[in-house]
Amino acid sequence: MGKYSSWDFKKRDHDAKVNMNGDASVQVDKRRGRICEHADICKGYLDDQFNQIEELQDEVSPNFVEEVVALFFKDSSRLLANIERVLEKYPRDFSRLDSLMYQLIGSVSSIGALRMKNECTSFRDHCSDGNLEGCKRSFQKVKREYTTLKQKLEKYFQWLRQAGPVEQATNSRK
Amino acid sequence: MTIEERNGSMGRESGYRDQFPVGMRVLAVDDDPTCLKLLETLLIRCQYHVTTTGQAITALRMLRENRDRFDLVISDVHMPDMDGFKLLEHVGLEMDLPVIMLSANGETQAVMKGITHGACDYLLKPVRIEELRNIWQHVIRRRRFDSGQHNNFDSGEDAQNTQLMDSEGEQGVADRSGKLNKKRKEQNEEKDDDSDDSAENEDPSNQKKPRVVWTVELHRKFVAAVNQLGIDKAVPKRILDLMNVEKLTRENVASHLQKYRLYLKRLSAVTSQQANLAAALGGRSSSYINMGSFESFRNYHALGRSRQLPAVASVQPNGLLGRMNTPAVFGVHGLLPSQTIQVGRTHNSSNELEKLPTTSLSGMHQGSLLQGVPMSMQQPRVMQEASKHFPSGFPASGLANSFANTANNSLLPQADRMQMLSGGLGNYSSSVRIPFSDSDPFKTSLGESTQLTNIGRCNDTWQASVSSKYPASTLRINDSVSHPGITPCNLGGNITPTASQMDGDLLGETPHGLVASRLHDAMIGQDIQNQVASLSGSTIPIPSFDENSTSFNFRNSANSNQNLEEQRQDHTHNTDLMFSSSLNSSLPNLHLNDPIAQGHPLNSGFCSTPVLAQDCRVNRSTNEDLLSYKDDSALETTRSQNGLGCSLDDLVNAMLKSDREDATAYMDGDLGCDLYSLSTCM
Repeated sequence: MGKYSSWDFKKRDHDAKVNMNGDASVQVDKRRGRICEHADICKGYLDDQFNQIEELQDEVSPNFVEEVVALFFKDSSRLLANIERVLEKYPRDFSRLDSLMYQLIGSVSSIGALRMKNECTSFRDHCSDGNLEGCKRSFQKVKREYTTLKQKLEKYFQWLRQAGPVEQATNSRK
Repeated sequence: MTIEERNGSMGRESGYRDQFPVGMRVLAVDDDPTCLKLLETLLIRCQYHVTTTGQAITALRMLRENRDRFDLVISDVHMPDMDGFKLLEHVGLEMDLPVIMLSANGETQAVMKGITHGACDYLLKPVRIEELRNIWQHVIRRRRFDSGQHNNFDSGEDAQNTQLMDSEGEQGVADRSGKLNKKRKEQNEEKDDDSDDSAENEDPSNQKKPRVVWTVELHRKFVAAVNQLGIDKAVPKRILDLMNVEKLTRENVASHLQKYRLYLKRLSAVTSQQANLAAALGGRSSSYINMGSFESFRNYHALGRSRQLPAVASVQPNGLLGRMNTPAVFGVHGLLPSQTIQVGRTHNSSNELEKLPTTSLSGMHQGSLLQGVPMSMQQPRVMQEASKHFPSGFPASGLANSFANTANNSLLPQADRMQMLSGGLGNYSSSVRIPFSDSDPFKTSLGESTQLTNIGRCNDTWQASVSSKYPASTLRINDSVSHPGITPCNLGGNITPTASQMDGDLLGETPHGLVASRLHDAMIGQDIQNQVASLSGSTIPIPSFDENSTSFNFRNSANSNQNLEEQRQDHTHNTDLMFSSSLNSSLPNLHLNDPIAQGHPLNSGFCSTPVLAQDCRVNRSTNEDLLSYKDDSALETTRSQNGLGCSLDDLVNAMLKSDREDATAYMDGDLGCDLYSLSTCM
């Protein structure tokens, strides 16, 4: 597992220490590619599952992570819109709300969005309690987490792109 | 028996076998695109050969098309078009493939449910690659078990074996495999000498016989035979004799019997669950009904479309409906697989619509019929209206009923159990499905399943219409529409009963007598539209209906001098256009690829303006039929009436024709102008 060797980023050892918009530097874990984990840009927002996704990226699917993330945001924005609509129209329909959120949680956890997942879980807890206000509050948090995560990942990908593919270079740190 | 031998008899592509598990053919089913893509990549990374689909219906179709195409199925539990567990059952009963369940829900109860439904494994999302690396073991295990089981049955000690399996029913495949393998060793020599079985078991490792398709007919015979013998005394040999089906081997019967027993056990186990659920969700009876009728309607609709009965155990009626003791429900609900698949196919759907307009309508009515006691008071009225106009449709439903009754009757010897089964399974499914059906409106571009959901939504429409007050007059449409929060299905539903209301009103006011009947005829289109409309779950813009009504009145007065035909067309057109616009407006999540669809509401002019203001997108495949017929009708109308008029009846006919291309081109040009002129009039 882990096609790190083919990962562009690994080849950029000399750029490993990068300031990302003023964030702290990033250390690259060559073996597992835990860039995002170490980058403050994503710290706490993404868990190990995201690393798994990163590790699936290789020369065969060089944009895999971005594709999956794009897919996730598109699908989850739809689900969020659905939930929002139900909250407006059928606010007391907790089972429907719960079911919608359950769908969202599936992809949220698949992408490794830790904080968003936690908020989604608390939303479902409020649903099962029949706590509408709690649901609404939770939902606002979910949306906030979603937006934040989106921004962070966009920054992250931008950062990756800026680095650009670099020829393989030896590095003393390796 | 070695793996290689088994592989050799399996008829797979050469080279693949030798590398097993490399190249193992996996079918991955998950409605969540993110998870599906991830799963696909993980599986590819494990060097499996992966096919993916976002819909259970598609998956079933693929599996049925070629039973040897896949070795393993991985399916999500929570899917909109079909419950993952139901898919699991179908696959287990029909194809005998190992199925792995995937879910974000890791509660013990959920996992237990997976096991009792026969899943080989239950994985939690997010799935890790390590977990997927070993899934091939399930394929091997099943092969070994199957071969052992077949050998055992060959030996003739069926009763013993079935008892053995019975007692171990809950223990899972592996355990049974172990014990049966022991028996197999004892009986190996005997088996070779057994002339009856030698032909079937020349090669001990030749376990890959052509898979038997357990069609509904076949299964019905099977169940009848089992019931005749008594569930405890039913042994494969005697069942086989009773069934008297050619080319059915004892092994086929034996393995099917085993699954059937497992199935019965599971159903009885969940009966109490279901009862609890029913009690707990008593307040959500409407959801139940929705879901139940969704399921049953889907079945009926499909049944109406095709005479072929699906290959599913008849004992899968919707529990909720079963609870209402509607005999029709039992059989119908069980008629899921091929019917739903047929329903799901866009092309076939439209074709079938062409061929069986009445039956499809009858299917819808059947769905209404199945909605159970609460609806029964209101349903007959609507049904009456419909039946007046579509008597021919009922034979199809009669077919469904007769089958259902047969299935039900065949279960009577085991009355209590079966009741529990039908109730249990159905409700069990229902309880699982409720959120799905409710969330259906929020599903985006369902593609193939759109038709299915449409049909399912028709139930909602019916129910909504049934449960809502029937407007006393045409203008009531506005009233009902203007209620905030009214859903498209309600709206559509209102339209339908309103039509019947309108009949009287119109007849009295203007020569619109034919309009009423036309409206009824158009109910198919309406309902379908409503179904699609209701998919989004959002309300139809109020202004549109006001406009529609206004335009309707406007049109009425304007056309007072026109012939009845024209007026009728206008009326139906108005209604239809209203629906089409509602269709467009109320489907914000569906992607409207077809310019015609956009043009059509424009043509109608009534609601299109507010509709288009929304970000409405309708899945083209979803609306193909609707749009096509709308297009054609608009085409004709524009030609004949020099305006926006469009016969709903023509629309229905056009829909059946699927002659869309020309209409599209035509629509785009002409309707746009008409729209604006009309909208200004309003």
